[in-house]
Amino acid sequence: MSANYEDRSRGYNGDEDLDRGRPMPGGRGGRRMHRRRICRFCIEKVDLIDFKDVRLLQNYIPERGKILPRRISGNCATHQRMLAEAIKRARNIALLPYSTD
Amino acid sequence: MNSNRQYEVVFIVDPAAEDDEVTRLTDSLKQIATDQGGTVTKAENMGRRPLAYEILHKTEGSFVLLEIEGSGREIGELERRMRVNDRIIRYLTVRVDEDRQRAEKLKGRRARKVARRPERGQRRGAAPPATEFAAEENYENQ
Repeated sequence: MSANYEDRSRGYNGDEDLDRGRPMPGGRGGRRMHRRRICRFCIEKVDLIDFKDVRLLQNYIPERGKILPRRISGNCATHQRMLAEAIKRARNIALLPYSTD
Repeated sequence: MNSNRQYEVVFIVDPAAEDDEVTRLTDSLKQIATDQGGTVTKAENMGRRPLAYEILHKTEGSFVLLEIEGSGREIGELERRMRVNDRIIRYLTVRVDEDRQRAEKLKGRRARKVARRPERGQRRGAAPPATEFAAEENYENQ
């Protein structure tokens, strides 16, 4: 089974089809357009991600139980690091699964 | 050395334990932490929740959170006790003072940044008028 990142509700809202590229109208074909990345934690000015906040962390684990990569969620490096750490702690204490099948 | 470390200790108690047993266990652990020279700043029963995966064939457990301030020595003793206790099926200790300090720092930095440029938010939308095509390109490259 594949980790189905596209269909899951992601950790942000509003912005539709974030990473689906459209070719430039100018004809430079083949190149992928990059939509602006938005880190939800930066917008909400989060300084600390708590490992006990399961509701929040759940947004960043797709069906398979893996950590949603930055390339999909658009998180900045700092917040992704905090998030990953929090998810790992939550896993240890059985608030989140290590894997699901 | 700085002896003011802050820790969060979460432990899971066997679901077979009644509520008052959980309370008793929490109190005894608090006592141990205090005896070792620590201060318990917060003790919270997070209640009974399902476990995300089975631990010792159990599917749920009572979660308890302790916040402890101290030198770190009491944590060693606390963890040793928790390991020995059969009723405690899992525990996790996290040192939080450094992360909290960092969060404070970031907060302060942001506050200063806002103070420095009060005109923020004025720049966007001030782009010169353009044709429809160019406007779209502009949007994409934003």
